[in-house]
Amino acid sequence: MLNFTIRRLLLAIPTLLFISLVIFLLLEASPGDPLGDVPLTVPPEVKEKMREALGLGQAWYIRYVLWLKQFFWVEPLHWFDQIFGTDFSQGAQRIISFQSRSPVFDVIAQRVPQTLTVVGMSYVVGVMIAIPIGIISAYRQYSWFDQIGTFVSMIGFSMPTFFTGVVMIIVFGVKLQWFPSVYDTTLVVRDWDSFLAQARQMVMPVTVLALYNAAQVSRFMRASMLDNLGQDYVRTARAKGLSERAVVLKHVLRNSLIPVITVIALGLPTVFGGALITEQVFKINGIGQLLITAIYANDLPMVLTVTFLFAILIVMFTLIADILYGILDPRIRYD
Amino acid sequence: MTDRERQRALDVAEQVAETAGPAPVTGELPPDDPVTAGGESRSQWRDVWRQFRNHTGAMVALLLFVGVLLFVSVGPYLWTLDPTYVDIRARNSGFSLAHPLGTDQLGRDMLARLMAGGRVSIAVGLTAMIIAITLGSFIGVMAGYFRRLDAPLMRMTELFLALPLLPLLLLMVTLFREPLSQNFGPAMGIFILIVSAIGATSWMQAARIVRGDVLGLKEREFILAAKSIGTPPRRMILRHILPNVMSPIMVAATLGIATAIITESALSFLGLGFPPDFPTWGRLLFDAVDQMVLYPSRVILPGIFISLTVLCVNYIGDGLRDAMDPRIRGR
Repeated sequence: MLNFTIRRLLLAIPTLLFISLVIFLLLEASPGDPLGDVPLTVPPEVKEKMREALGLGQAWYIRYVLWLKQFFWVEPLHWFDQIFGTDFSQGAQRIISFQSRSPVFDVIAQRVPQTLTVVGMSYVVGVMIAIPIGIISAYRQYSWFDQIGTFVSMIGFSMPTFFTGVVMIIVFGVKLQWFPSVYDTTLVVRDWDSFLAQARQMVMPVTVLALYNAAQVSRFMRASMLDNLGQDYVRTARAKGLSERAVVLKHVLRNSLIPVITVIALGLPTVFGGALITEQVFKINGIGQLLITAIYANDLPMVLTVTFLFAILIVMFTLIADILYGILDPRIRYD
Repeated sequence: MTDRERQRALDVAEQVAETAGPAPVTGELPPDDPVTAGGESRSQWRDVWRQFRNHTGAMVALLLFVGVLLFVSVGPYLWTLDPTYVDIRARNSGFSLAHPLGTDQLGRDMLARLMAGGRVSIAVGLTAMIIAITLGSFIGVMAGYFRRLDAPLMRMTELFLALPLLPLLLLMVTLFREPLSQNFGPAMGIFILIVSAIGATSWMQAARIVRGDVLGLKEREFILAAKSIGTPPRRMILRHILPNVMSPIMVAATLGIATAIITESALSFLGLGFPPDFPTWGRLLFDAVDQMVLYPSRVILPGIFISLTVLCVNYIGDGLRDAMDPRIRGR
């Protein structure tokens, strides 16, 4: 297991390097100009200076290696300094956003909490809804509960989140006025009232994303339960005279959760992709919204860094899913 | 006899016929074949269709999907208003006889726009799916059949799976929008761009499934038989491998249409899809969001069309999977 983990971690390095190179070259091929918004009255010499200041003067491979150095060396050093009060990163250039001229990671750190509260919450809620539904659907296969569950989950992942989000805004935000339709990110939870306000504004985005996640996870849960319910050990457990409750919730559920947990782990990074749209619908200024504005503004370092962070998440969670599978199911051996 | 077994028997019979005596016309079975000699002839696809018909949800979905297809293909001939005709005096009108589904903020007829938008959305879905499935099956068959190509091709597939797809799609569309629309015109350029971007980022699942199936097929006797008479790899793949991995490819293709339609409308919703005067369902929804408080029907109608189409396609895919899985057959 340890060997496998180490081997996979080592293999992740070239994968990530390759991905960063692909993203970098894609951006490099772009016809867009980060100085496109600079007024035409600015003389060309000054423009050239501005270009130099943005670090655009050098060849692409130099800039790529520089970015790699900043990402993997300067930034971690900077965090180390911040925690322990040392000054190793003195004088080293951090990754700077073209738009705000502030370090990219500071901007990301401002945006992460919003994304995590909404997306994280919705994933937890989605999984908590999905697992009981999956269990009951499988236990009473072809019953009306199963039929309705199947239909609802089919609808759940057929409806794009931008449509469900907009419909919820129209119904609950505008017509019924139950929840605010725009997410207020300046809200600070200080007392009971602000906590209620925060909860109220989170209801709609969380519901939209949770519905989408629950639809997928409940299908997997149902299929996995069905696989296990037909196994011999279930018949043995029943023959021993165990209560139905113990058979289903102890024997079958535990075994069925193994593949589902890996599916949940694999799905986590893709949730950030889905959040991109939900954040746009509810005007949450999280990571997804940051990426979209950066793309519009030709903010190359920001786009590169955020996209690369997504790639790291995907690679990491794929690894976590594989390791979890090996830990939870002792029959699986990676050698 | 299950379907797979019969298929295998047919293949072996074909091989035997090929090796012994004068070669019969390809595709025809020897006359003493036990399957065709007695009773009605049952092809694999007719069996699948019979099974498919029993799946109520899939049949309803198929009918609805055909309905949507007719609506976008035949509809414009029956409802001949131009979807881009601007009638500013009739703007923002509600449901009426002249405009059954109302008009938008420039007075363009919504019914005509929904038809035109559906054409583009479904065309994008189908074309992107064809690209993705062709690429995926090609890579899957190559990796499964040629042992030397397996490791590098699967490494590549894993690399692609690790890419953050939606952000990359957004990037590709924003970056290459200008040059392509200059070369092929605004509408066609964006169409090529979106279709190839979606196709290039969604072939991985199909490749994995096909590779797995090909690896299993390679161990079977009819492949050994075909190999022993010296069938060249090209013919092996086209005549023996591909027809036998058709069913997973078909299922993946159906589900691929759904994801392609959703991706296109998501891009349009983020404002990075087709140009404004060129309606697609996602674009119509995006355009209507600004005024959704006053005119909610303009948001809901295209949304319903997207969801309905995707739902139908998903149900059809589900039904196909059940119909083609010999393990559930006959239950």
